[in-house]
Amino acid sequence: MIYADNAATTPMSEAAINTMTTLIRETYGNPSSLYEFGQKAKEVLEQAREDTAALIGADAKEIIFTSGGSEADNQAIISAAKAGALKGKKHIISSKFEHHAVLHTLKKLENEGFEVTLLDVHENGIIDPSEVEAAIREDTCLVTIMYANNEIGTIQDIKGIGAVCRAKGVIFHTDAVQAIGHLKINVVEENIDMLSASAHKFHGPKGVGFLYARKGIRLANLIEGGAQEKGKRAGTENVPGIAAMVTALKEEVANIDKNTAHILPIRNKIIEGLKEIPHSALNGDEERRLPSNVNFCFEGIEGESLLLLLDDKGIAASSGSACTSGSLDPSHVLLAIGRVHDVAHGSLRLSLGEDVTEEEADYIIKAVKEVVEYLRGFSPVWRDLVAGKTQFIL
Amino acid sequence: MALYSEKVMDHFRNPRNVGVLEDANGVGTVGNAKCGDIMKMYLKIEDDIVKDVKFETFGCGSAIASSSMATELIKGKPVEEARQLTNKAVAEALDGLPDYKMHCSVLAQEAIEAALKDYESRQEE
Repeated sequence: MIYADNAATTPMSEAAINTMTTLIRETYGNPSSLYEFGQKAKEVLEQAREDTAALIGADAKEIIFTSGGSEADNQAIISAAKAGALKGKKHIISSKFEHHAVLHTLKKLENEGFEVTLLDVHENGIIDPSEVEAAIREDTCLVTIMYANNEIGTIQDIKGIGAVCRAKGVIFHTDAVQAIGHLKINVVEENIDMLSASAHKFHGPKGVGFLYARKGIRLANLIEGGAQEKGKRAGTENVPGIAAMVTALKEEVANIDKNTAHILPIRNKIIEGLKEIPHSALNGDEERRLPSNVNFCFEGIEGESLLLLLDDKGIAASSGSACTSGSLDPSHVLLAIGRVHDVAHGSLRLSLGEDVTEEEADYIIKAVKEVVEYLRGFSPVWRDLVAGKTQFIL
Repeated sequence: MALYSEKVMDHFRNPRNVGVLEDANGVGTVGNAKCGDIMKMYLKIEDDIVKDVKFETFGCGSAIASSSMATELIKGKPVEEARQLTNKAVAEALDGLPDYKMHCSVLAQEAIEAALKDYESRQEE
């Protein structure tokens, strides 16, 4: 199988598996227990916190471990909203193509009286910092913009957006779930106040993540209970998971240059290959995107059938088609960059692994071409397009 | 557990009666690209019998499988029987569809109804 859905989740690295299994067996104490065996787990936990902080240029005190990216997003947004409300600031700026962990949290806040501005992301999936600046008001308490998009992989000018927010005194949060471990991130240099991360997107385990919150930002806790994580996140810490996350992240950060150098030409080859398919289009900016991301729309076909047939050919991928989401609407990300429903249903996302080979790229190109041609062969939509009864969009 | 039954996957991978029927005397199209499903049914009716049937579908796996199964269920059958084909019969013949995919079988039923309606209106002319 060629696993090309690394934006959904990644396989755990051998080193991370080793860390996790060793700790599960040998260091199962509760970090809150006072005896030696519990304190040993506490040491592992605090070392993990220091290492995590060092990898993004933060201080250990600024890291809270969570159950993953969604929890970190929720906590970051709700914390900033609560702090803002105390000062009468109830306006939040975000973008139209954020992850649902952000969008649904904002929806909830809207129902509670907050006003939310969702910035346009344009055809290329990039927001200009000046647009953020223009949207900031006296009562803005938070700007939350994702580092790299999970579907189309476009990368924002985080440093620029952060600078604008810093100058205006507005808290800046970024959902960096797709970026961390794959792009070089330094929260100080990039003016980031809060950042969300999820371990399973960089070869760590599922169910673990972290939130970075700059010193001075008051966090509201989502889970009440014990005094873990300085009282900001109750519940016995998942020590083996947290330590395994850090093992994976260290490995990934150390290899960013090497991985990018390997994956980029192969990814570009796939993009060039798929561009040869008539009436197709790459989604998102071609340059400013994650090195692993390929996302196309193919006119006249539907994404779920494309995925099922690719699965038959041993390729695991994903689509923004409505049929893959269980709703009638296709991906909000594709709609946000201006793709109409008709073509958004025919999308394909390939998110490559760092071990992808040239041969696999050739196979992927060949397989996608075959499947698109086959499905177009009995698509009434394609027939009408070819016959000139309807107009091609792509 | 797989997303679809083996029957659905069989009809999806090897759709029966797929294509265009040049001498069709009843053609029906239902659905729209905006929602992600379009089915087109071509019927060739002679002596009140569905002599031949073909389909074209833009849609997901279960939409393609539902179209394929629907054509099998009416091919060679009297028009009256084809008219009575229900979406439930299509779904059952496929060993079931996930709840949120039942509309695919509805679309198959409606495509046949539309094609039969077209046939009747041509007869009246």
